[in-house]
Order: sequence, then structure tokens, then C-alpha cells
Amino acid sequence: MSENTQNTSRYGGSLLKQSDRTRRRNAAEKRFRAYGIGAIGIGLLMLFVLVFNIVSKGTGAFQQTFVTLDVELLESKLDKNGNRDLADIKKVTTFGYSPIIRKAVETKVASLGIETNLKTKAMAGILSKDAAAQLREYVVANPDQIGETVEFRFLAQSRVDGYLKGRVIRANIANDKNISPEQLDLVDALVASGVIVKTFNLDFILGADASDARPEAAGIGVSMMGSLFMMLVVLALALPIGVAASIYLEEFAPQNWLTDIIEVNISNLAAVPSIVFGILGLAVFINYMHLPTSAPLVGGLVLTLMTLPTIIISTRASLKSVPPSIRAAALGVGASKMQSVFHHVLPLAAPGILTGTIIGLAQALGETAPLLLIGMVGFIASNPPSGIAEGLLSPNSAMPAQIFEWAKRADPAFYERAWGGIIILLIFLVTMNTVAVILRRRFERRW
Amino acid sequence: MPVFWLVLILLALSVAGFFLGRQRALASVGGNSKNLHSLPNYYGHNVALSGLVPALGILVIWLLAQPFFIDGRVSGLIPDSVIPESSSRGLVMSDVRRVAEGLDIVVASGGMTPAEVRALDAETTDVRAELGKLGVALGSDVRPEVLNAAQAYRSLSSTGKTAMTFVVALVAALGFAYAYSKTHKDFRARNVVEQGVLGLLIFAASLAILTTVGIVLSMFFETINFFGLHNWTDFFFGATWAPNFRGDSELSILPLIWGTLYISVIALLVAVPIGLFAAIYLSEYANNAVRSFAKPLLEILAGIPTIVYGLFALLTVGPMLVRFFGQGDNGILGVEWMAGATSVLTAGVVMGIMLIPFVSSLSDDIINAVPQAMRDGSLGLGATKSETIRQVVVPAALPGIVGAVLLAASRAIGETMIVVMGAGAIAKFSVNPLESMTTITTRIVSQLTGDTDFASPETLVAFALGLTLFVITLGLNVLALAIVRKYREQYD
Repeated sequence: MSENTQNTSRYGGSLLKQSDRTRRRNAAEKRFRAYGIGAIGIGLLMLFVLVFNIVSKGTGAFQQTFVTLDVELLESKLDKNGNRDLADIKKVTTFGYSPIIRKAVETKVASLGIETNLKTKAMAGILSKDAAAQLREYVVANPDQIGETVEFRFLAQSRVDGYLKGRVIRANIANDKNISPEQLDLVDALVASGVIVKTFNLDFILGADASDARPEAAGIGVSMMGSLFMMLVVLALALPIGVAASIYLEEFAPQNWLTDIIEVNISNLAAVPSIVFGILGLAVFINYMHLPTSAPLVGGLVLTLMTLPTIIISTRASLKSVPPSIRAAALGVGASKMQSVFHHVLPLAAPGILTGTIIGLAQALGETAPLLLIGMVGFIASNPPSGIAEGLLSPNSAMPAQIFEWAKRADPAFYERAWGGIIILLIFLVTMNTVAVILRRRFERRW
Repeated sequence: MPVFWLVLILLALSVAGFFLGRQRALASVGGNSKNLHSLPNYYGHNVALSGLVPALGILVIWLLAQPFFIDGRVSGLIPDSVIPESSSRGLVMSDVRRVAEGLDIVVASGGMTPAEVRALDAETTDVRAELGKLGVALGSDVRPEVLNAAQAYRSLSSTGKTAMTFVVALVAALGFAYAYSKTHKDFRARNVVEQGVLGLLIFAASLAILTTVGIVLSMFFETINFFGLHNWTDFFFGATWAPNFRGDSELSILPLIWGTLYISVIALLVAVPIGLFAAIYLSEYANNAVRSFAKPLLEILAGIPTIVYGLFALLTVGPMLVRFFGQGDNGILGVEWMAGATSVLTAGVVMGIMLIPFVSSLSDDIINAVPQAMRDGSLGLGATKSETIRQVVVPAALPGIVGAVLLAASRAIGETMIVVMGAGAIAKFSVNPLESMTTITTRIVSQLTGDTDFASPETLVAFALGLTLFVITLGLNVLALAIVRKYREQYD
């Protein structure tokens, strides 16, 4: 009786009124929940910030500023002998084309009636250094056009491009020797008259990388080919080897020390840092076997070794999910063990294997660290490979390595390219993963 | 590319062998396949595989072994007197290879005939200038001994290639012929083919072992070379990392380990609380709708390539931190604590973001594995949900969570791109998270990229660093997996 009174006094009189302790406990409960929601919120916020950051900084790379000019291809400058001999025309270097371009700019500015006190050279300075090369390429390809006036669309130099995109502002160019306020005045006038326009830039997606001085001409296309060839090597090696290894481990391997060693090895390889595979590639494929440095073949071999554990793990999971009754039925009608596996289990596990392979390839596509060690950065692959052998063996870059290369360069105009490259890389990854998910949804069988 | 053609020819031969074998088997029973021991296709497969597999095997082994033999033979031709004091036999050998390659290119492009190349004499002609005229640039002048060695190298490798083609073709032909002659109606083709296929499967599975052995050996030998050139006590116990090319580099791993651990700890400080609370909320509180929405979204963070995080650190997080902690009076906090965008904090925070889904999905699995009965018991005694989680579920899942954190730590230690782009390049012991520091992986990348000379300790140290990294991450993984496995058995 006395205990009862004590309890009542300790916990307060009424059940309807919460005691201090209950309130504290409920508050703690609410706080704990809030921590959880907060954690998920922070995670999702980070994802959002990352995606927003990529999209907002990268979309600029898909647009580029162009200057449209009518260029008079003077015979006196380009073909002094007048006999349209290709060998003679080729002797004129890009320096020989600069005066023609300067003249074209001057004519354009004069015809539009724009007042400027810039020298002709400074006026032509708003064009990319690529313009002369572009012009020369055209003339060498079409020598019969010499003497005519042809309309060209030249790249504007990266500062002008940055000015139109808001990256370069007038307040910050005092110490910039590549651009002057007068040149920007000229640009403003030319934009108003429609000579300078900002449009979609296909060359960024299909083109080759350019040197440090010409960020406006850099593209990711050639390194995309490098990535493609690496993925072909990975697919051709990792898929058959991975599937064969999984079949052995899942269907045939006896329980013994050898199997144990293999299993431990595979699970450890899956956790080895990717850079270690790069060291392996450097030591074995390049230093020992003397395969060519920077070749997509070597990159593909390294990535194969890296992807194998992923493919083996997912293949084993999908082999495991095929019910034993299938094997028993096959054996029951007289198939050998090998026939039951290859004729019945493997086809049923194929969707799962395919999904795992695609996810493994996506992982390999985004991997950068091992590629740095086998030399797939630091040079400019200017031409797309012309065949399979060249694609595999001639030096090339890969998409993530190209992005890293751009991020390292000093000119901020390359950063925009790097973000743009990431958009393209992520589009590939998202597509591959979506295909994998769709395949799984479409073909996965529940037993 | 003769190897490519050789492989193609082998494949074509094996296809032909398949049909021939199949036909012969059918012919031996007069076309009635019921009288055969195995299905007719197995006889074909038997012929095809008996030629193809040994031939391809020999091809691969030959390709692996040839450089080894040729290098041994050719480097024996170089007298010690030719090797400059600052250089080594390996460097001279790479000169030899470059010259040999240059000569090959000249012959392939038609600049010289093979006979002209053989007649080259470095005593009387300037080989470098000659090759330069034909569009092949060499890095240094060619000495007579090097040219001789290069000529020997070329002749040995061309002999090697011819011999390889011959041997491979012979083995393939013998294999086909043997299997073809054995093809008869009583021959147990299926059993033989299945044995062969099983052998191939075992070989594929053993590649995992080969890879590990390759990793360990490739780093181990170069590490031994490194310790031959550099004092091991300095590597393990020295206090400074200062490579230079005067030959007195101080290459100690301790400052690098400090930087690596510091960044990893910051990453874990970000990832573990967020990841753990996210996992707890998702597995204990969230309804199905939230779960199926938030979980895949969080896991996207794990699928983003590390180069993206690296760029994010370098171009977004770093400059943002500078705006807070640097720039003096122009900055947001008005302090001048941070000099550049690269810092321990930059790399650590971004790496933490990358590890969130790693920690959360592992802990999620582990928390889900805690038996429901334990929760029910606690709730039945009147505990609130959060009390149940804190006092029953998490302690029960603790070993598994520790395992997950260890796995995340091993990921953080081995991560490369984020630290290469976000952490900086200065090796030092400092506790200021706003200073730039460097890590093991960053140094591996910088020592092995660009022009590397595989005879200098400054390059070889990368292999010692790689081996250390491999051992550390392997140790952490084995420990983590052991903990997780032990814990799983507890409730199974």
C-alpha cells in the first residue's frame, strides 16, 4: 500500500498528464528520428549539390562562340605561281594565312561601320589561333576555291567565348594580355550585328583535344574512342574469363584448399585499391612485356583484371539463383554435368550475368587512377584512330583521363570542358546502368 | 600485327577441324549417329580444341617469355665500359630497345631496306642524324656498342617471331592430326571434351591467383631494387619526404602515412555519422515509400566515378573553403587560415561524401540482420523505439558496423583521384586541416607519371609505397571480413 503511494507521487498523479521523464524520453525519441532524417537529408542534399554543380558548370561546354567572316582567298598569298599545284599550296604555312584572316576581319568591321581604334592584329585577336589552321585545311582540300571569297565560321578565342558566357568579366581583365576592353567593345558590336553567335558545339563531343593555348578547340571525341577500345578489350576478356571462373567455382569446384585460396583471392582482389592495378599494369605490361605506353590495349588489360572480381561475384550470384531442380531434371534425363550447366543453367542465368557485366563495364569506364600510371594522360591525341589495330595500339587517352588532364591545366576555360566531359561520362554511365536495370526487370525470373 | 593473323589462322583451322572431325566420326558409322559413343558435335569439338588450346597456350607463354630471354642475351652483349657511371644496365637496355624500334620503323616505312639497316655502322655514320632524316627521332646519339646490341636485338626478335610462328603452327597441326586420327566411333569424345573444358574452367578460376601473385611479385622485386639503392631505415623511420635528382633524396613513408590517415579520419568523421544514421532511419523508421526512394538515390553517390569527386573537390569545395577560411578581410569569416584550395579538409570532406552510401548500405544490411525478437523484447519492456535502437539493436550490430567502418577506411586509404586533385603535394606532419598535405596514393601517381627512370630510387620508391598500401588495405579488409563473418554466424 505504501509502495503504491510512493509510485504515484514519483510518476505524477494522472495518466493523462505526461511526467517530466516521459517528456524527456519522447523528446529524445523525436531528436533521434530527426538525426536520421537529417542524415538522409544531408546525403540527398550532397547528391543534389553535386548534380546541380555538374550541370550548371558543364552545359557551357556544349556551346561555343563562333565568328562568321567572308574570307577572300587571295591568289597572291596562297598560290604565288598560280598553277594550283598542291605541293606549292601546302608550302604556305598557317602564318601565311594570318594576313588573309586579318584582312577579312578588317573588311567585316569596316562594312558594318563599327568604330574602333584597334589595330588590325588586335581585331583579329578575337579569333581563335585555330582559325588559320582551319582556313589552311580548307584551302588544301579545295585548291580550286583560291581567288574566290568564301564564308567561314571561325572559333572565337576562349576569352571572347568566356565573355559571352559570363566567365570573363570586364572588371577582371586588367592584367590579361589575351584580351583588352577595346576588343570586348568590338565583340559587343559584332554580337549586336549577328557576326558573333553562340551556338551548339558538336566539335566538343566529336573532336580531339587541343593544346594549352586553344581551349576553345578542345573536344572529347578522340578520348571517347580510347574508352570505347578499352571497353571492347574488357568485354572480350573479362566476360568469358569471369563466366568460366564462376561456373567452375559455383558448379564444379570441390571443397578443398585450392578452391578456398581462389575464393579468398577473388574477394580480396575486389577490395584492392585501383591504383595498385595500375602499378601491376606498368610493371608487367609495359616494363616487362614492352607493350606500347598509353595504348588502350594496356588500359583494357588493366581494367579487365580490375573488373574480373565484380563480374565473377555477380555471375556466381545469378548462377546460384537458378534452382537445383533444373540441374536435377537435366541430370535425370541423362545429361552429363557439363551439359546440364552449359545447356540449362547458363542460359537461365544469362540475364543476371549480362546485368553484372554491364555494371562492371560502367565501373571500368569511370576508373581513372590506373590509367594515370600507364601513361594515358599528358599528351594530345589529335586524330581519331583509323582502324582496330591502331585503335588498340596507338597512344590515346580515355574519357576520365582526358577530364583529369583538363582539370590540371592552368586556363580556367578548360574547367568548363572538364565539367562538360563529366556530363558526357555520366550520360554513358546512367545509360549503361539503366539498361542493366531494365534487363534485370525484364528478364529476371523468380523461382 | 603477325600475332593477330596467327590467332586468326588458328581460329580458322579449328573451325575447319571441327567439321572434318565431325564428318570423320559420322563416316566411321556410315552416317548413322546412333552408333557413335558421343554426339557427332563432340568429335568436332575434340578436334578443334586439341589443336587450338595447346597452340594458343604456347603462343601466350612464348610471348611472355621471349622478352625475358632476349633481354638476357642482348644485355650480355653490352660491355661494362659502355655503361656510364650515373646510369645502369637497364637504362642502356632501354636505349637499345629504342634504337631497335627506330630501325624497325624505318624499315616498315620504306625509308631503308633491311640490308641497308644491317650495314649501318655507328663508327662511320651518324645514325641519329640518318634516322632523323627519315622521320624517326632518337633521344641521344647512338654509340657503336648500342647499335650492335640493337642489331642483335632486332635479329633475335625476328628469329624469335619466326620460330614462334613455326612452333605454334606445328603444335596446332600435330594436335589436329592426332585428334583427327583418334576420331572413331568408339572414341569417348564427350568425356575427353568435357575434361578439356573443365581444365579451361579451372584455368580461368586460377587467373585470380595469378593476378594476386602478379601484383605482389611486380611490386616485390622493384621494392627489393629500391632497398638496394636506398636505406630501408630511412624509408620506414625517416621524418622527411623530399625527393630530388641530386641523389640524396629523403624518402620516408611516415609523413605520407600521416597525411593519408589524417584525410581518412576526416572522411570517416563525415561518412560514419551520416551513413550510420541514414542506415538506422532507413531500416528502422522509414516506410516503404521513403525507403524505395531514398536508398537508390543515396546509392547513386557510390556509382559516381571518383574523377567527378576529384573535380568537385578541386573546383567547388576547395574554392568554397577558401572563401570561408582564406582571403583575409574579403572572405566570409575574415580570416586568413587557408592558402590554397587544396587541403586535408577539402579532400576529407569530399571523400566523406563518397563514403556515405558505402557505410549506409553495409550498416543497413547488418542492422537488418539483427533478429526481430530482440527488438520486440525491448519494445515489450516499454522502451521507446530510439532506446531500443541505441541499447539493443546497435550494440548487437556493433561488430558488423565496426567491420563496415574498417572497409570504408580501407577504401579511403586506397582512394586516389580525390586526393590527387584535392589534397595537395606537400609532405609534412601538421595538425592543421586547412593545410595541404599529401598521401601515399598521390605520391605513387606523381613518382610514376611523366619521364620515369626505373633505375632511380625516386621512381622505385613508388613500388615500395604501393606494396605498403597493398598490405595495409589487405590487412584492413581481412580483419573487417573476419569480423563481419564472425558476427553473421552469431545470429544465423
